[in-house]
Amino acid sequence: MLMVVMCCGAAHSDTPVWKSISDDGIHDPDNPAISLLQEPVTALSILPFDTAGNQVLWVRALQEGYIDPRTNIYPDTNIKVLDLDIIMPRTGSAKYVRFPHRAHTEWLDCSNCHDAIFKAKAGATPVTMLKILSGEYCGRCHGAVAFPLTECDRCHSVSSATQPGVVKGQ
Amino acid sequence: MVLVVIIRWWLLLAALMVTTMASAEYADVILNRYAEKEGMRPVIFPHWFHRIRFRCKVCHNELGFEMRVGANDVTMSDIIDGRFCGMCHNGEVAWSVENCDLCHSGKNGLKSGIFGGHQTGGPGHW
Ligand code: HEC
Ligand code: HEC
Ligand code: HEC
Ligand code: HEC
Ligand code: HEC
Ligand code: HEC
Repeated sequence: MLMVVMCCGAAHSDTPVWKSISDDGIHDPDNPAISLLQEPVTALSILPFDTAGNQVLWVRALQEGYIDPRTNIYPDTNIKVLDLDIIMPRTGSAKYVRFPHRAHTEWLDCSNCHDAIFKAKAGATPVTMLKILSGEYCGRCHGAVAFPLTECDRCHSVSSATQPGVVKGQ
Repeated sequence: MVLVVIIRWWLLLAALMVTTMASAEYADVILNRYAEKEGMRPVIFPHWFHRIRFRCKVCHNELGFEMRVGANDVTMSDIIDGRFCGMCHNGEVAWSVENCDLCHSGKNGLKSGIFGGHQTGGPGHW
């Protein structure tokens, strides 16, 4: 257990560190164009700081206008945002999960989740933590592109006295 | 019982984090189905760079990129014809295809996959 705790300490640094692309293990340092690529530190260090993933609080960066990523390329694409939270209660001894549609639909389209990953009915999808850790359900994105699965409290964020099901977004 | 289960997750996560620390910016994708075989370096797609400029829905809904590494059969002629990366890397939305080395920037020998993610060697591989 001690080893595991130390491991977390290393992954969750309080001072952000972004590897230089010439030394990140995947870019070829002999590529003549490497100096033309942007260093992560240049772009990411000016955004709200996080301890995991890209070390950026992407939801805040968007909400507070640090970034303004395009919602569409084609002019007639229908942009849908939904303000609805789902309280998910099958969490065993952990706190209940609050799934916020708003934060997700700012980034994603409904079709990215419905109905391929989640049924559009609270409680209908058989989500479990082991499946999430195997890269299904929430783990399709969390652990790949969105903040990683080490951040239990961000999903398990509400008391188990909360009424499960659908609530208006916060 | 609960404790045993939780410890098991922590061990899975610890393994996941060791691979994370080894390299790359979180969510960098390697595309190397054809490139290296055809004498080009593997392609690196940086999510962090693109998500500052585009929401996920642009690529994963409008442009139709499947959200699964390796699920899109991308070839260079598709790109030149304006599909996949070529929807933007066409000299209009972003610089065009003649900048080979900006995309083909990976070390030879890398397998297609996502870095810092579960596909890298985390629980998805158990
Ligand atoms: C939705 C539009 C879009 C798509 C699709 C897209 N890109 Fe880009 N990409 C951009 C824009 C915009 C830039 C920044 C251009 C500039 O700075 O002039 C960029 C820049 C880049 C860069 C340079 C990053 C740096 O450090 O400067 C790389 C590498 C890249 N793209 C690779 C790819 C690859 C590989 C694909 C396909 C798998 C792809 N892109 C698909 C819009 C896109
Ligand atoms: C991306 C969001 C997310 C993260 C991060 C997350 N969980 Fe979960 N967890 C869920 C969801 C969703 C469920 C299923 C809830 C439901 O279906 O009602 C769940 C279920 C559970 C359960 C119930 C038992 C089971 O097997 O499903 C436990 C215990 C649990 N999580 C513990 C954890 C721990 C410990 C962590 C951190 C290592 C964690 N979770 C991180 C979303 C998350
Ligand atoms: C990131 C994934 C994701 C996206 C994107 C998403 N949803 Fe959902 N949605 C969920 C989850 C998770 C649930 C709960 C499913 C469950 O409990 O089985 C849900 C539930 C629902 C429900 C059921 C609510 C009820 O009354 O029971 C509706 C309706 C819904 N979503 C509509 C939408 C619409 C419309 C959009 C686009 C604007 C959208 N969703 C985008 C994940 C998503
Ligand atoms: C299709 C991709 C996708 C899926 C599936 C997904 N998420 Fe997310 N989630 C995101 C993205 C993108 C963000 C923005 C933050 C980031 O990128 O780190 C986010 C952010 C969040 C946040 C932070 C909201 C805030 O206000 O800060 C929570 C909580 C969350 N997700 C929970 C969940 C839970 C629980 C599930 C499964 C029921 C889930 N997500 C499934 C992509 C996804
Ligand atoms: C916008 C990014 C981008 C640019 C610029 C780019 N490529 Fe590619 N290229 C790709 C992607 C993505 C693939 C598919 C990678 C894979 O899975 O192997 C690819 C594949 C290839 C392949 C493999 C065989 C095939 O036909 O698909 C060759 C050869 C190739 N590119 C040559 C070039 C050359 C030469 C240039 C410059 C004239 C160039 N590429 C510019 C992204 C790019
Ligand atoms: C500029 C285009 C672009 C944008 C914007 C983009 N992606 Fe991706 N995404 C890709 C490409 C390209 C791949 C790799 C596809 C392949 O290998 O076939 C990918 C792969 C993925 C995968 C699969 C990972 C795996 O483990 O298999 C997920 C999940 C994902 N993206 C989520 C997101 C989320 C969440 C966002 C927004 C925060 C986002 N993407 C923004 C282009 C994009």
